[in-house]
Amino acid sequence: MHDSGKIIGGLVIFVAGLTFPFWFTLAAGQADYRPDPERPTGQKHCVEDTAYMKAWHMDLLDHWRDEVVRNGQRVYLPDKRWPCSRDEDCTGGFCQQGICRYDMSLTNNCLECHRSRARFCDRCHDYLEVKPYCWDCHLAPEEE
Amino acid sequence: MDESRRNFLKVAGSAAVGAAWAVPVVKALAGGGKTQTWPGGRAARRWALVIDVNKCSSPAVQRACAEACHRVHNVPHVPEHKHEVKWIWSTGFENAFPEQAHHDYRRDLLENPVMVLCNHCERPPCVRVCPTQATFKRPDGVVMMDMHRCIGCRYCIAACPYGARSFNWEDPLKYLDHPRPDYPHRTKGVVEKCTFCTERLARGLEPACVEAAVRVAGPGAMVFGDVGDPNSAVSQLLRTKTTLRRKPGLGTEPHVFYVV
Ligand code: HEC
Ligand code: HEC
Ligand code: HEC
Repeated sequence: MHDSGKIIGGLVIFVAGLTFPFWFTLAAGQADYRPDPERPTGQKHCVEDTAYMKAWHMDLLDHWRDEVVRNGQRVYLPDKRWPCSRDEDCTGGFCQQGICRYDMSLTNNCLECHRSRARFCDRCHDYLEVKPYCWDCHLAPEEE
Repeated sequence: MDESRRNFLKVAGSAAVGAAWAVPVVKALAGGGKTQTWPGGRAARRWALVIDVNKCSSPAVQRACAEACHRVHNVPHVPEHKHEVKWIWSTGFENAFPEQAHHDYRRDLLENPVMVLCNHCERPPCVRVCPTQATFKRPDGVVMMDMHRCIGCRYCIAACPYGARSFNWEDPLKYLDHPRPDYPHRTKGVVEKCTFCTERLARGLEPACVEAAVRVAGPGAMVFGDVGDPNSAVSQLLRTKTTLRRKPGLGTEPHVFYVV
């Protein structure tokens, strides 16, 4: 029982070390930091509802690439029927029978509205430490 | 079996089934639209290409075709011959048709190179050997590459009797001066080849090489169409002209035909 001081001291240091990330971010005022992807200007909506896109865009892209490459289907008619009167109302796609349809393409669709990969896709992905390998082959227009 | 273990298995089992259901159900409720083709896109029962060897004999025509193809598809121009990547290129007549050509064959044919590319075989050996189905035959006959599945094993290169497949030994981006963002390039470690321009057919266009050949050498230099349709221009050509296929003895049934 001579070492209780050392043990308690050690414990204090241990707990302090363990909780370091929490109070460090608190102290730095970043506790509620969230990535801030740039919202496209002049566009009213995404290809599907924003909530759906947030949660499922990677699955949507997987679906698209299979449809395009393996099934020869290249146009997407969203579940969400976006009304339109001209092709210009559907960036990255076209207007048919008053409903937007989209080119199922990473570069020719997503990046037509989300003009900057760095300020949109990367802002979330960097924060999350996800590194989609898509960019090994698919180019973003501004990086050409 | 002991009662608690049995209960545990029941609960675990139903949880697994529940989870397996939950994901697609949530997705289905949240979204997921339909897919379709472009209005005005081209479809066929069986695509085929007919090359008029005489009209396409000049190096200028052949270069125009290769350049057009390689430009729209971001095919790199690798200087090192062994690392070359090519979708359509020129080769000696006797190389293209070793079974037909002989020493005293027609001089005009032997003298000029011919354009060669993937033959989009009816029985493609590359598809048979691919372990991931990265290469597969579409219902319309196009032998397609799914770059997302290619693991670079190169079995298909060994299997193809026409040398129509290239492996990316190096990073292709190094050899692309102005890569086009509208068509993805490839990476080191994957195999690539001609796709009969599926992305252009889908938009109602001619394959890039056909467009270039016709522009430089005039109508009929290359004709692309549906051999499943007896009234198509390609079907009529095949019925009326003498045509060759490469290495017919192998039984792969190429769908690139040469009018000689
Ligand atoms: C027609 C233009 C357009 C196209 C095409 C488009 N987007 Fe969007 N996207 C938007 C707009 C506008 C928003 C913001 C909507 C809002 O504020 O509710 C958005 C929102 C998003 C969000 C949510 C962002 C956030 O702040 O949470 C994601 C993720 C997203 N898009 C991904 C994609 C992907 C992936 C593609 C290609 C499959 C794509 N978008 C194609 C216009 C587009
Ligand atoms: C609102 C934030 C946000 C935006 C904006 C965003 N993503 Fe994502 N992305 C995510 C999240 C979250 C994941 C899932 C990470 C995980 O599952 O670990 C993800 C994953 C992915 C994946 C799968 C990666 C993998 O390795 O499995 C792809 C592909 C992808 N995103 C493409 C895009 C593209 C393309 C854009 C821009 C057009 C984009 N994302 C914009 C948040 C975002
Ligand atoms: C090895 C190169 C390569 C990689 C890596 C790659 N792709 Fe592709 N992708 C291609 C090629 C080539 C096509 C065919 C383009 C065509 O036929 O129009 C394609 C087509 C697509 C298409 C449909 C057409 C288009 O223009 O986008 C989608 C969507 C797609 N890929 C998504 C992805 C996603 C998402 C990732 C990352 C998770 C990815 N790809 C990674 C090469 C690649």
